[in-house]
Amino acid sequence: MIRALAASVLLVAGTGLIAVSALGLIRLPDVYNRMNAVAKAGSLGVVCVLFAVLLLMPGVRTAVVVLVAAGLQLVSAPVGGYALARAAYRAGSPLADATRYDELGGRVPGAGRQDGAG
Amino acid sequence: MFLLDLVLVVLALSLMAVVGRVIVGPTDADRAAALDYGFFVFLAAVAVLAVRLDSPDLIDLVLTGTLVSFLATVALARLVHRRRS
Repeated sequence: MIRALAASVLLVAGTGLIAVSALGLIRLPDVYNRMNAVAKAGSLGVVCVLFAVLLLMPGVRTAVVVLVAAGLQLVSAPVGGYALARAAYRAGSPLADATRYDELGGRVPGAGRQDGAG
Repeated sequence: MFLLDLVLVVLALSLMAVVGRVIVGPTDADRAAALDYGFFVFLAAVAVLAVRLDSPDLIDLVLTGTLVSFLATVALARLVHRRRS
């Protein structure tokens, strides 16, 4: 009973994080903000859902697979998001108007803000 | 079981957001980020489906999908970098 309750809480938390991430994907102004929402909330939501699944289907086999998958997700999702954001900056994706600091401004040829205001 | 169905519906709505961003997205980097996120939603949906359909074999698909998702994201990053959208 208490296990089902804990699994429900984890499931709702994970799905809520994924839904918030989807909202950020739609609403945020530029590609870096969107990638931030996706890489953090998305990966944490998936890990929460995986642990809820482990609580709902207990067993050694499920436990091993879920632990390995959650570890890989927590390691690989930030690396993937970082690689994608770096590639986006170098490909010259525009920054949002609300951006105040662009420390790479002018140091990467053909990237970032085009007017050189930094 | 009702909660699992509700979770699946929310995940389906999140995938609609991914499709919208892939269609709209001003740059290729937006599309790549949306596809990366779509992979996350797919993995969560497969994990929930393993419980809903009561078939533990589906969990293995999550493990493989995590690795494929990482490789796909890195490959897409190379592609975005090369294309200079």
